[in-house]
Amino acid sequence: MSAPSTTGTRPTPASAGGRKRAALQGRAPQDTPAGIGTYLFLAVTTLFAAFPLYWMFVIATSTDEATAQLPPAVIPGDQFLVNLNEVFTLQDVYFAASLVNSVIVATTVTAAVLFFCSLAGFAFAKLRFRGSRPLMLFVVLTLTVPNQLGVVALYIVMGKLGWNGTLLAVIVPGLVTAFGVFYMRQFIVNSVPDELVEAARVDGATTMRIYWSVVLPSIRPALAVLGLLTFVATWNDFQWPLITLNGTDYPTSMVAISDLASGNYVIYRRVLAGAFVATVPLLVVLIIGGRRIVRGIMEGAVKS
Amino acid sequence: MPTTRAAPDPATRRPRPTPVRSSTWRDRLHRFDVRYVPYLLIAPFFLLFLVFGLFPMVFNGVVALRHWRLDDPELTGWAGTENFRRLLTDGDFGNALYNTSGIFLLSTVPQLLLALIIASMLNRRLRAQTWWRVGALLPYITPITASTLVFNVFFSRDFGMANWALGLLGIGTETPIDWRADKLHSWIAIATMVNWKWIGYNALLYLAAMQSIPRDVYEASALDGAGPWRQLWRITVPMIRPVVIFTVVLSTIGGLQLFTEPMLFDLNAQTARGGAGGEWQTVAQLIYKVGWKDLNLGYAAAMSWALFLIILVVAALNTLLTNRISGGRR
Repeated sequence: MSAPSTTGTRPTPASAGGRKRAALQGRAPQDTPAGIGTYLFLAVTTLFAAFPLYWMFVIATSTDEATAQLPPAVIPGDQFLVNLNEVFTLQDVYFAASLVNSVIVATTVTAAVLFFCSLAGFAFAKLRFRGSRPLMLFVVLTLTVPNQLGVVALYIVMGKLGWNGTLLAVIVPGLVTAFGVFYMRQFIVNSVPDELVEAARVDGATTMRIYWSVVLPSIRPALAVLGLLTFVATWNDFQWPLITLNGTDYPTSMVAISDLASGNYVIYRRVLAGAFVATVPLLVVLIIGGRRIVRGIMEGAVKS
Repeated sequence: MPTTRAAPDPATRRPRPTPVRSSTWRDRLHRFDVRYVPYLLIAPFFLLFLVFGLFPMVFNGVVALRHWRLDDPELTGWAGTENFRRLLTDGDFGNALYNTSGIFLLSTVPQLLLALIIASMLNRRLRAQTWWRVGALLPYITPITASTLVFNVFFSRDFGMANWALGLLGIGTETPIDWRADKLHSWIAIATMVNWKWIGYNALLYLAAMQSIPRDVYEASALDGAGPWRQLWRITVPMIRPVVIFTVVLSTIGGLQLFTEPMLFDLNAQTARGGAGGEWQTVAQLIYKVGWKDLNLGYAAAMSWALFLIILVVAALNTLLTNRISGGRR
């Protein structure tokens, strides 16, 4: 095929050639038939990614019939407030309290992770001390250890501390993460100039002072990314909260959702109304910080 | 205590003997600051890891060698290798291991392949680039508890959207598929949830690596007549090999510990049975059941040690294999 067609047309058998040429000439593929294929493909995958969320909302706003009809309902109903009211007034599941618990856990953990990980990252990136290299290696190695597998013993440890059934059991182990330390170290190595640290040192600034007025201001993007990722992960954590908080009246919202889905007859419009409410904070996080999370995940990948 | 205001009083200009008291104080403080404060900064991680990471893991080994029941605190004492020996003949464990590997295969392979393809699509010049990427993250931020329950409705036998869609294709119109009745179907359903959750995330990791591949490599191969598919396997994959291995290891660790999806796929969540006959009970789920439903923590600990070893072996094998496949041949 000569002369690449400039306006998008039907996909033709020559699409591969058009794409190749587009790549060669550095033009955007929307100008070629193959480009249409790319967009179509991405549109379908994005729809696939978004559909369960959308459908969660559909059922959360519908009556029971919505889950018992063919073809399935695809348009939101008007029962959202009714369903929501049922979830929040259930006697044996204290859903509102569980949401509050989730907020407490996620914000505490996020704040602590940001503080402790940036401190440790700063130390590993810019301070000289004996053993810093092997210690950092150790941190990286712990990344590969599946923490969950000590779960039985962790439960016993928490029992000895008397923390089982309390939020402490969920919060404390998460206060600082190996990933956070690693991530912060990478970022600080690259974004805080050595000269600045040295200069502050010569001026007589203490280490904490340097952290506060040199490091912190220049790692705001990394703080945002790590904060968002930590919040999402903590909010969504299920297994450990289930183990340590199960049977208590006030678990986190993820455990409360699984309580809603327990029993011999599950009312999905109610369960999914609850699930939707517990997902909203994360959607907000994605809307506020979507670009940053994307960038953060991508940067984390290149260097690991 | 003297405040440490930034004063141009320097340990560097040593020779001049400065007024005694304050300077020694400051010197000492300075020395402490330089020598020990770094350890204070990294201490939180190591302390917490020691107490809530390393110790439990080691202690887990001890628990595994003991009788340890939640409902019978009196029953202590060494069990020796009893728990482990029991594992070898335990049909439930074998079944859980079988389910876990089945779901693992059904989820990991399509997941990473699709992620590769999506990443190579995202790697083209696109309009609204960022929005496609953010869209890929929707499943990542969705709580697994929430999405699994949506998929439960999706995979319900009589009015499920999956069966409805398959019916349009002429599949299962006579007798609708019961997704919870047998191993294969329940595995497919659960693997779908896992795939849905992680494809976008992996695609972003691949995309990041792909962006550092120079364009002219593709140009050269295009001139040699290599099509997109060939390019993907002969250029892209070998050049992003470290990230591919990284994702393989990550999804191995994650896949073998699968817990939330099989738990909530049960119509009565928290029974932890994984189907009426344990059709989709995974090892992580069995550990939960043995430990906290049957209250036998000792045995559960032995299981988690076994799972840990299995993960190590499988992850190592997968790494080797991926390394071979993605770079070995030229």
